[in-house]
Amino acid sequence: MAKQMEEYAWEDLTVGCVIIEPGNAREYKTGDWRSQRPVVDKDQCIKCGVCWVFCPDAAIQKAADGYYVANLEYCKGCGICARECLTGCITMVEEEK
Amino acid sequence: MGKRVGIEVSLAVAEAVKMANVDCIAAYPITPQTHIVEHLSELVADGHLDAEFIPVESEHSAMSVCIGTQAVGARTFTSTSAQGLALMHELLFIASSMRFPIVMAVVNRALSAPLNIWNDHSDIMASRDCGWIQIFVDNGQQAYDQTICAFRIGEDRRVLLPVAINIDGFSLSHVVEAVEFLSQEEVNRFLPPYQPLYRMHPDQPVTMGAFAMPELYMETKKAHNVALCNSLPIIKEVWAEWQELTGRAYAPLEEYCLADAEIGILAAGSICEVVMEAVDRLRSQGKKVGLLKLRLWRPFPFPELRQMTLGLKKLVVIDRALSTGGPGGPVFSEIRSALYDQEKHPQVFGFIAGLGGRDVPPEQIMAAVDSVMHGVERKEEYYLLGVRERG
Repeated sequence: MAKQMEEYAWEDLTVGCVIIEPGNAREYKTGDWRSQRPVVDKDQCIKCGVCWVFCPDAAIQKAADGYYVANLEYCKGCGICARECLTGCITMVEEEK
Repeated sequence: MGKRVGIEVSLAVAEAVKMANVDCIAAYPITPQTHIVEHLSELVADGHLDAEFIPVESEHSAMSVCIGTQAVGARTFTSTSAQGLALMHELLFIASSMRFPIVMAVVNRALSAPLNIWNDHSDIMASRDCGWIQIFVDNGQQAYDQTICAFRIGEDRRVLLPVAINIDGFSLSHVVEAVEFLSQEEVNRFLPPYQPLYRMHPDQPVTMGAFAMPELYMETKKAHNVALCNSLPIIKEVWAEWQELTGRAYAPLEEYCLADAEIGILAAGSICEVVMEAVDRLRSQGKKVGLLKLRLWRPFPFPELRQMTLGLKKLVVIDRALSTGGPGGPVFSEIRSALYDQEKHPQVFGFIAGLGGRDVPPEQIMAAVDSVMHGVERKEEYYLLGVRERG
């Protein structure tokens, strides 16, 4: 797990702030930007994967049982999955404050 | 020891860049910088220099290409003047913040308007805070020497910063002077091939130029500032080595007739040669006057300035740029501020001279010194030397 930004003193920075660990963006959890979350009604879901195709942040993953689940550590609640869903099984629900 | 040849200063700079064996040159033509890159393009086209010469569509792109090629580990050079430097402005900060040791010859020219292609320092002073090492030279030999030293300084692992060499347009860039060249073997020994600390390579991927949230940005600026300040001893170290090799000495602040001087004149660039003439004439009149040459503008040599002005009663600062609506000349403003907290310091007087290529004869410098010496009442905080006024 990379250090959080506020944990760096100026002396800790690499020369030119180069990031020398490739792919560490995945450790930056961006899900807290979200104001609403997608909730799937499994009775209506046909496991077509349209939500997985359209998610602009690749936050939707296929689970072992074949259903598609949003990873809430990255899902920003844009609602594109709900809009594109063929059966309308995804509802965007307000995050509680 | 190398050979001494009569050569236009711009071409001597281009030859220095060739001897530094650069990998890439990206530049856009602008007067009076043109001869440097024109000659480099010929050297590349004729096969004398194995480098990529990238003719770009603007100075903004020239600096962008320098940044990109540095990112993959190339030794890069560019050159510009006035509006060209202004058009590069935003990239200058990116180059230094990303710690790329680009070398740039800034052939100093006045900023428009009115359109003026002649020499002053308004271009570099407007980019003063860009985080680069900034060096001034007085003559062709220094332009050649400092161009080679710039690569060595910037690429030092303890530095890793871009370096701008300021060469006065026309009054220096276009004159033919005697310049002593090192042999290629000597340059090769002094300047080993560039070994970048980080570079973009598929075998070892890195991210460069990422973004920083408010939680991190101030730390990045502190780190950059410390790096630039800490480059001072390394610059001195490189210059000492150069002196060993060539016999030519350089210092952040250099002096002429200063030892017993009561009045100092501080200036930067080719005007120093005029000031030296003025100092000689004032000395012949029995006036204890000396010159302080500002060689290194960034990082600013505070300890040297404070030490070297200890014996002075008065200090005349000659600026080649005007901070419009501000404290006068940018150098004057910094010098006065740097000395303010000293228990004993000379009284500092600001003069602005030679804007837009206006000739500055030694008599003008002498008159400025005389006015200060005789305590002529100053009606203004700073004066534009030789400016015509009604009545």
